[in-house]
Amino acid sequence: MRAVENALGIQVPNNARILRNIIEGIQYVQDHAIHFYHLHALDWVDVVSALDADPAKTSALAQSISDWPKSSEDYFKIVKDKLAGFVNSGQLGPFANAYWGHPAYKLPPEANLMAVAHYLEALDWQRDVIRAHALLGAKNPHLQTYLVGGMATPIDPSSQWAINADTIAQIQGMFARAKEFVDKVYLPDVLAVAPFYLDWAAIGGGAGNFLSYGDFPEADGTQWLPQGYILGKDLSKVYPLDQQKDITEYVTHSWFEYADETKGLNPWDGVTKPNFTGPQPPFKFLETDQKYTWMKAPRIRDHAMEVGPLARMLVAYASGHKVVQDTVNLVLKKLGAGPEALFSTLGRTAARCIETVVVADKLAEWTNELIASIKGGDTKIHAGSEMWNPDNWPAEAKGWGFTEAPRGALGHWVHIKDKKIANYQAVVPSTWNCSPRDAKGEPGPYESALIGTPIADEKMPLEVLRTIHSFDPCMACGVHLVDVNGNEINQISLDAADHFTNPLVRAR
Amino acid sequence: MFERPAFKTLVLGVGNKLMSDEGVGVHVIERLAEKFKLPEEVQVLDGGTLGLDLLYYLEGIENLLLVDAADTGKEAGTMIRLQDEQVPAFMSIKISPHQIGVPDMLAAAKMKDLYPKRLVLWGIQPDLITLGLDLSPVLASKVEILADKLADELRSWGHEILPVA
Repeated sequence: MRAVENALGIQVPNNARILRNIIEGIQYVQDHAIHFYHLHALDWVDVVSALDADPAKTSALAQSISDWPKSSEDYFKIVKDKLAGFVNSGQLGPFANAYWGHPAYKLPPEANLMAVAHYLEALDWQRDVIRAHALLGAKNPHLQTYLVGGMATPIDPSSQWAINADTIAQIQGMFARAKEFVDKVYLPDVLAVAPFYLDWAAIGGGAGNFLSYGDFPEADGTQWLPQGYILGKDLSKVYPLDQQKDITEYVTHSWFEYADETKGLNPWDGVTKPNFTGPQPPFKFLETDQKYTWMKAPRIRDHAMEVGPLARMLVAYASGHKVVQDTVNLVLKKLGAGPEALFSTLGRTAARCIETVVVADKLAEWTNELIASIKGGDTKIHAGSEMWNPDNWPAEAKGWGFTEAPRGALGHWVHIKDKKIANYQAVVPSTWNCSPRDAKGEPGPYESALIGTPIADEKMPLEVLRTIHSFDPCMACGVHLVDVNGNEINQISLDAADHFTNPLVRAR
Repeated sequence: MFERPAFKTLVLGVGNKLMSDEGVGVHVIERLAEKFKLPEEVQVLDGGTLGLDLLYYLEGIENLLLVDAADTGKEAGTMIRLQDEQVPAFMSIKISPHQIGVPDMLAAAKMKDLYPKRLVLWGIQPDLITLGLDLSPVLASKVEILADKLADELRSWGHEILPVA
């Protein structure tokens, strides 16, 4: 959408700019909290150990870190009994198929029980706050109100079916509840769990190159979260990005074909020609000196780049973004750590939480901006349909649309010629993070982050999952069958871990 | 702005329509809604790949009728019917939050006391799972049959299901 707007020179109206910021902002808050509680927390929290917790001590712990009201002894006893019911109901009930009892779990039983309680609370919380998307005219996760030139849902203070004062009052309530949970549960939990895992502030860092396209455009045309990139963990310099000169994609180790595979191509000139040369499945491992993945290898001036919350927070921090600096410094101070701790698996997880805190704060400000705009009589939400007619397009146009999705930098490149799409390329966040080696053999962020990871038990590679999960991967997108034998087809974690550890084994 | 009407029964088709047979559940509920006049207390929902976000729609309902692609290890097009505790409900280790599926949703529903009183899953063995909007010929030929089976199921739960005139 932004790629087409960029190609055709369309400016979206102020209200559309604000609405896009609001929708994307609450998406960040919900997505990050879900990632932490429902995907990543179980890498650190041993659910079975929670059964040994003393509810009175759990209550004391919870009250010592936050004034969140759900923290009584009775409350934690109810959660513990419920959990015991599941665990005793045969297998491990809902929490089957995990690595409980693994020696890498370090939390005391009370911290585990508190985290399980918050895991359950997050289920209710997330379905409340994401209703903001429905109210603003969209269904999560594939939002439908967006269109080239603006938004589809009208703003009309006198219509019950449009965005009106009532809608805004409702989203304000949701944003207040979102912020309260983030400030009183998510942040305190991260601060309570992290001290038990400070060794992970020195594991999983990788090469230390970070890219942010920047996002959340302000009224003056600047981006609230800034654009730029950092090389080699050096926070003293943020390099400006010139996408056409800087961004290239290699396929040297990917199952695609270029005329000259020693060179990268800018996505405007990008080619996507599949050419599978790997072994026929099932196979044990892939040869990483040959082609070994369906990911291309995007690079900035031949450097692999990590993208995501850590990259955004570091680029903002190093660019002098006051709110981000204050929040990062507050968290580092509480953990007794310096900025170097951020270049790690733990740093990635902390940065996601820090970003949630600053975005949850910002939502109220954007909502006030929308209210002020509507009060001023502006209800315009799209630029008009003139440019929907291909007759009004130039004979040829190129566009680059960028955004920062919750999991990182997302770019689309479009080349329009003779009223048709001549070329369209997308480079998504997980392509940056999961990218294979390039022509020079430089590995991507996952591969370099896994080098040196200690593994207590090769059959249960919990430590590998910790680092991979810390990137918030987007994989196997939306394929899930029900296996009538009670197994989940997606139970591929060991195979997937093999896939990631094999390059690692060879690198040693 | 809107309050959700009270539904007694939820018919949920899940799957990804961009992945050929993986999206069969959604094709079936669309056919159901097209072919039959459904009473007000029955909600038919395209669950897509929403995972835990679907918990919201379980609030207050008594009966849940699910339709999804299911791996039975048998030949493509084989249909199965699972009831209540036969339907797997568990959370498992995953690489990506995009892998959250029906068993995870049902497990979360159990923990949040949103698990329906009556649960039936109709599943069908897929033939082809690859990028594409169309079902394989084998599964396309079963959509009608599955839609009829869902209608029969709803009738057995006391709902009046009439063909569209």
